Order: sequence, then C-alpha cells, then structure tokens
Amino acid sequence: MSANVSSEAPEYNLTIVKWFAVCAVLYLVVGALVGDIVAWELAFPSLNLNEYMTFGRLRPLHTNAVIFAFGGCTLMATAFYVVQRTCAVPLWSDRLAWFTFWGWNAIIVSAVISFPMGWTSGKEYAELEWPIDIAIAVVWLSYMFNFIMTIANRKTSHIYVANWFFLGMMVMITYLHVVNSLAVPVTMTKSYSLFSGVHDAMIQWWWGHNAVGFFLTAGFLGIMYYFIPKQADLPIFSYRLSVLHFWALMFGYVWLGAHHLQYTALPDWAGSLGAAVSIAMIIPSWGGAINGLMTLSGAWNKLRDDYVLRFLVVSLAFYAMSTFEGPVMSLKTVNALSHYTDWTIGHVHSGALGWVAMVSIGAIYHLVTRLWKTEIYSVGLVNSHFWIHTIGTVIYICAMWVSGIMQGLMWRATDDYGNLAYTFAETVSAMHPYYVLRSVGGVLVLLGALIMLYNITMTIRTAGQPKAAAARA
Amino acid sequence: MTFQEKLEKNIWGLLIMVAIVVSVGGIVEIVPLFYLDNVIEKLDKSEDSIRPYTALELEGRDVYIREGCYLCHSQMIRPFRDEKERYGHYSLAAESKYDHPFQWGSKRTGPDLARVGGKYSDEWHIQHLKAPRSLVPESVMPNYPFLAEHKIDASLTEKKMRALAMVGVPYTDKDFAGAADAVRGKTEMDALVAYLQVLGTMVKFQPGKDYRE
Repeated sequence: MSANVSSEAPEYNLTIVKWFAVCAVLYLVVGALVGDIVAWELAFPSLNLNEYMTFGRLRPLHTNAVIFAFGGCTLMATAFYVVQRTCAVPLWSDRLAWFTFWGWNAIIVSAVISFPMGWTSGKEYAELEWPIDIAIAVVWLSYMFNFIMTIANRKTSHIYVANWFFLGMMVMITYLHVVNSLAVPVTMTKSYSLFSGVHDAMIQWWWGHNAVGFFLTAGFLGIMYYFIPKQADLPIFSYRLSVLHFWALMFGYVWLGAHHLQYTALPDWAGSLGAAVSIAMIIPSWGGAINGLMTLSGAWNKLRDDYVLRFLVVSLAFYAMSTFEGPVMSLKTVNALSHYTDWTIGHVHSGALGWVAMVSIGAIYHLVTRLWKTEIYSVGLVNSHFWIHTIGTVIYICAMWVSGIMQGLMWRATDDYGNLAYTFAETVSAMHPYYVLRSVGGVLVLLGALIMLYNITMTIRTAGQPKAAAARA
Repeated sequence: MTFQEKLEKNIWGLLIMVAIVVSVGGIVEIVPLFYLDNVIEKLDKSEDSIRPYTALELEGRDVYIREGCYLCHSQMIRPFRDEKERYGHYSLAAESKYDHPFQWGSKRTGPDLARVGGKYSDEWHIQHLKAPRSLVPESVMPNYPFLAEHKIDASLTEKKMRALAMVGVPYTDKDFAGAADAVRGKTEMDALVAYLQVLGTMVKFQPGKDYRE
C-alpha cells in the first residue's frame, strides 16, 4: 500500500468518519471518568453518594461506555474509513451510515439513563435491557450490511486484510449479541434470560470472552493492519502471517469463554477445552503482534519522532503481553488463584488500556490529520498524552497484579493448625493501598484523554490555517 | 488460484466461510450442555429440596440484580479447602437451575454468597445493608438505606412469575394467585433479606459424597 494521500477520491464519505472519530474521543473521556469514579468508590466507599451512584450501578456504565461507546465509535469510524480507502469506492449508502451513527449514539444515551436507574438484565457487558438489545441488533446489522455492500462494490480485486478482521468481528458479534440477549420480557425495563444456571453461565462467558476476542481484538486488529502500515509508510511484514493470524483467530477465540468457569459447576471438560485452546491461541496472537511489529523492521528510527506510531507500536507490545497472560490465567492451577481476584481486572485493563485504547488513540490521531487535511495541533501534547497514558496504565496494571495475587494467597493461607489465616474482611482491608494506586493510574489515563480531546479540538478548529509545526510529511 | 485467494476476491464466499468458522467453538462447547444428562447433578429425594423462589425471594433477587450485587459477590463456591472452610460445600449446577439469569459472578470484592442463607440473623442483614461499616469496619460496600424505604410493586410479581414459568421454572397456579398478597406492603429490604436467607439452603449434602463425577 502506498501512503499517497492525494489519491483520495472526492466522493468518499469522510464526514461520517469525522463524526464517529470525534464521538470516540468524547466517549473515551466519559468512559475513563466513570471508570475512575468507580475506582475511587472502591478505595473510599463513602463516595457511593446515593442510590444512582453506587458502584453496582455505575460499573456497568463504565464498561459499556468504554467498550461500546468508545470502542464502538472507534470501530465504526475506522471500518468506514478503511473500507472506502481500500476498496476505492464510497460507502454503499450514506443514509444507512447516518442511521448507524444516530442509532448507535441513541443507544449510548439510553445506556447512560438505564444504568443509574438500575435497569439491567444482570449479564456482564450485556446489561442493557431487551428494547435496547433489539435496537443494538438493528443498528449493528445496518453497520455490517453497509460495510459488506461497500466491499461488494469495490474497484480493487482483493479484499484487504484489515477488512477481513472487521468482517469477522461484525459476524461474530451478531451471533453473540443475539443469542446471549435472548430473554422473556416482563416490562419495558425488566426481563429474564431465556437460559438459567450452568447454561446461562456458559452462554454468558461465550459472549463475555468474545466481546473481548472479537469486538476488542479482531476489530482492533483490523485497525492495526491498516493504520500501522499507513503511519509507518511501509507494507505489512508478512501476508502469510496475516492469513494464519486471521483464520486461527476466527476459529480459536470462540472457544475461550469456558476458561472463565474453571472449577465452577460447569462440566470439567468444557473448562479444560477452553484452557487448551487458550494456550494454542498464543501462537496466532503473537504471530499477529510480530506481524505488526516487524512491519517496522529496518525503520525503527521512525519511532524516535513519530508519537502516533509510538502509540500503535506500544499497543502491540501490550497486545502480546495480554495474549500471553490470558492463556496463563486460563490454566486451572493459575486460575484457582487468580479467579475472583483483581488480577482479572488488571489483565482486562492491560488489554483495554494498553492494547485497545492505545491502538485506537494512535489511529484517531492519524485519522484526524487525514480527515481535516492538516497537521496535529501540538505534537508535544501527543507526546505528553503518550507518556501519561502509558504510565497510568502501568500503575493500574501493577497495582492490580499485586492486589490480586496477594488477595488470592491470603484467601487460601492457613495457620499451623490448618485454620484459615485471614478473615475475608482482613483481605479487603489489605487491598486499600492498591485501590488508591489504581485510582491514581485511572486519573492519569483520564488526564491523557482530556489532553487528547483538547489537542483534537484545536486541530479541527485550526484546520486550514498555516501551522509552524510540520512534524511529518 | 488457492481457496484463500478465491475468498479474498469474493465477499460472499468470505462471509460464509467466516460465519461457519466462528460458529464451531460455540456449538461444541454449548450445545452438549443442553443434552448431556450429567450436566445437572442427580440428587436423591433426601438431598433435594430445590424449589423456585417464593414471591418475596424472587422480588429480593430482582433487587440483587438491579443493584449489581453480582459485580462484587460471587455465588459459586469452588471445590477447594479454603472455600469449604470459608463458605461451605462447593456449589452444584442443580442449585442454580432456576436462576434466570445465573448469578455466579466473576469477582469477589466481597465474599461469596452462595451459602450465606441462615448464617446471620435478619436483623444483622438489615443493619449491614443499611450501613455495612457499622458491622464490618473494613467493608467497601455501598450503603443501601433506601431499600427499606422502597415498597415492592405487588402488581408486577405475578407477571414476573409467569415470565419465568415460560422459560421453564415450575411455578403453579397457586403461586401466581398468591404472588401479589405475598409481597404487598413489603419493602425491598424485606425482599432482599428473604432472598439472601434462602441462598444455598436447598440441598442437604451427604458427608463425603462426590457430587462432581
């Protein structure tokens, strides 16, 4: 692929991409803000001010805001951008794209109202109630249909690899969302899952792990496969590795959900199968990470002054780390210690803050300069954002590693007579310093997001004006 | 032209292949759970008193779900020595067979509640829910004083039971008929405590018996 910007055909619908990109930045700020509020609530429980602001009601708002509002808008901006550029045709339908945009945002607004009100189906990362679930399905299909039809209309002969990943994500999320959300309604704001007990648990974690594996991984790998070569101005390292990465990921990720249920009442074979495939998934995951990183081989000097590229490359380092940590945690012996502790929360955030957020941030900085045909307002602020976000993420992850492993060990510790060494309350009190530390890490991430919002706002406002800083051509 | 190359040039072929490949894992892991007969443990008559929740317990469970209790409390005891000491016998699949949705949870910011029923008095629970730190100074749980002020909406209870009956919970006509009266005038606090007090009390475990083959 060449990085020839001037070949941009005028009829591309870039307005929709602009709107989704700006929304993504706003929702990053909101998601990080709510996340940090709930983090402080765990450190200082008196911050649970009233019934609408308890941890139990705000935590789903945080997870949904970062995954579906920030992550979703990023995926919609990038997929609509990439599919047009790599197929050399405009979007199949502008009207459908605007339906997707307003529909998705309406869903986000309904979530902001639902969760503080306590309207929840009680299934993690799928808490929205049935009328909103139906809306999600409709809007999601409009996104997928527009994407597929754009590819069907393409002027290029091959479908570019980034689009495979976007497509896989769209198909799997459709399956997952529809099956996991099946429920009998009682009122507009209350329903009961069609499934119960062990069946519901397996279906929930089939959804839960693949919200990570497809929404937050396959989709963002689509971003990686387009934006890293573009930003580095180099072709992807290995086509064969992309093919392997893609099909292995599509086949393998689906199995992993069962590893969330080790030692529970789920039959043993299911958890073991989940763990076995989890271990095997290290190969394609690392293959993909290496494919992205090696794209820079011979051009590592670009990292010295290109902070957007730094975001993209460091995201891959976190991706490689998380996709090693995850399989380790899926093993029964490790899971016996790590499950139910903060280690899981740390693992999720090394993926979410390290991989998903950083690849998105890099892609959005890249996008904004292309969409508004300008230079970034302040390269220095991108630099600050990079370091603040990275340090915040590392503080968060380390705090959760320590608290998680410590609590796991304290729970199982016995004294010389075989009695439990600690009460549960003692283990909670031992978590306090780490909960404070985690909240501080969260403040840094939030601060970084605010810097980004400012920088991007100023970039857009000053677009078209001559700028002194021309960091890259 | 290789198969891969064909797919790369045909969006519909690629779509179909992807749709097939991503469905395999779910089918293999989920579908057998619905037909294998050892997924839910077989219990003797003497052990098994698993029943659907009463009207009040059901309303309490809905409060539990609404407040997101499952985000910090698991209801799934694993077969480890420390968990047996701390919480009791490991959980069975049969114990949550009427739980739509399941409440196994994934995090223990607070302790497991699978067998909390009968461990504390109703008065303890009410005080603890209103002001957890008045009883457990180390606790990070929010205060829930408002539960004692909210009355249960008795007009919905029967509808809820009928919805659950549609998905297989064996409620009877008698349950439907008595639903509204059973919760009328009760607070959300009463309901939640009733729910907590029944958790994990429905199976009489035989010492030494292996329930997970």
